[in-house]
Amino acid sequence: MKSGLKVSDFSVEYGAVRAIHDLSFHIVPGELVAVIGSNGSGKSTLIRALSGLISPKQGSATWNGISILGKKPEDLVRQGIVHVSEGKSVIPELTVSENLALGGLWRRDKLDVSIATQESLAIFPVLASRLNQRSDTLSGGERQMLAIARALISRPQLLLLDEPSLGLAPLIIEQIFVAISHLQNQFGLTVLLVEQNALSALKIADRGLILNLGELVKAGTPAELIADPELRAAYLGF
Amino acid sequence: MFIDTLLIGISSGAIYSLMALALVLVWRSTRVVNFAQSGQAVLSTYIGYEISVQTHNYWISLPLAILAGAILGSLVDLLFMRLLIGRAKSGPIAEIAPVIATLGLLGLIQSLIGLIWGNAFLHYASPLSGKGFTFGSHTIPFSPQNLFIVIASAAVLAIFGIVFKFTDLGLALRAASFQPEIAQLAGIRVSRVRNIGWSFAGAAGAVAGAAITPTSTLSPNSLDLLFVSGFIAAVIGGLDSLVGAVIGGLVLGIGFSFILQYIGGSVTFLVGFIILMVVLLIRPRGIFGHKVSRRA
Repeated sequence: MKSGLKVSDFSVEYGAVRAIHDLSFHIVPGELVAVIGSNGSGKSTLIRALSGLISPKQGSATWNGISILGKKPEDLVRQGIVHVSEGKSVIPELTVSENLALGGLWRRDKLDVSIATQESLAIFPVLASRLNQRSDTLSGGERQMLAIARALISRPQLLLLDEPSLGLAPLIIEQIFVAISHLQNQFGLTVLLVEQNALSALKIADRGLILNLGELVKAGTPAELIADPELRAAYLGF
Repeated sequence: MFIDTLLIGISSGAIYSLMALALVLVWRSTRVVNFAQSGQAVLSTYIGYEISVQTHNYWISLPLAILAGAILGSLVDLLFMRLLIGRAKSGPIAEIAPVIATLGLLGLIQSLIGLIWGNAFLHYASPLSGKGFTFGSHTIPFSPQNLFIVIASAAVLAIFGIVFKFTDLGLALRAASFQPEIAQLAGIRVSRVRNIGWSFAGAAGAVAGAAITPTSTLSPNSLDLLFVSGFIAAVIGGLDSLVGAVIGGLVLGIGFSFILQYIGGSVTFLVGFIILMVVLLIRPRGIFGHKVSRRA
């Protein structure tokens, strides 16, 4: 049953601090949804909870009808849910090709791993020329590309991207977002994109969710969100 | 005389390297200095000794001792460390509890050995001679057993090197120790991979114990000093680096050998600790340690 990602009455707490409260939303297969919010809005917490790194206090989350809660990240990867974490999500001590290989280590179909690797390198050709370099010699943008490329080698169905634009120059952000949009169109990936950079994210998203202090403020198409002057002033920052 | 001293140094250095390697393997993956390592190694050696007594064959006992070491390493992680790290997750105790616990485990293992085999000095016999090679009229203090120690250690180091550098398992081990969370998100079963790391460490300790013990005697504490040297070697090497552990071990072994030969036995350990202090003061991350501190 391809019902996509359904999140209902979702709450996450850190001790006494409520990070996400009663959040419900639905992403249909093949959709690219941007979750927009400032620091502390709970958007990274949401993605960490969906990828199994932390446990929610209550609520449910299903991917194509199967619950994804209470599972470890490594099991969710096998279920097609891959989280590209914020910032330094490559292993600096390993080479570019080793970092890429990590994405396919668990997979039995080694032929498809090599096909997926070639496809990823075609999307991010800059990586192909740096395969034997240690990944701490890469620029921030290249590292982000490497992290996404590694995720693709796991053949994800649902890609959870945590602030891919963090700390990058505008031109590089543009490139990365074009690539993300391409992934959605070419591979039919469902993408949950968590971003502080509202403008760039809404440019490529099908829909946007605005979070504030762990609660959903508004959901809608980018056009709807951008058309609302109050939202623009308070949350979108442009 | 110089060559003799060097050879002896390499032989003991090789053993220190193995012990250091065992410590580094566990430290890298769990951020715990495993003081129980010498206990695990000596228990594996006792198991080898027992098998050699039953079979009268050192060469059968050796691989079984190594296997026992690997299983023991895995069990220490599964039954002991995971439980403990899971329970003491936060607060000041979280950092120190596992280390203290390994000390407790060391005592436990050594007492258990005492109960089973007693505390007397036993002889774990090897068919290789402990008498030095003779060239003409000159007998050097380097025996066939010493040669075997060097070969066995080199073989273990080579196998580890190949596994770590060229296999999927090695890549998973490195990824899990460098950045466990990223490894997990890439689909690696980090706790399973860590457990394999503990087995490797246990096996390395068992090789050290079973190879060196025929040159002296076996008792519940017989590998303690070896552990201390291994620890110093690991710290010199940066505690984080497998290559560093090997080089640290060799430097220390050769250093001790020369001091023993030219200065005297009473100061060897003193010098070991002085080296440790100097390294910690001048270069706290060790000679091969990484600059950046990593997430535990």
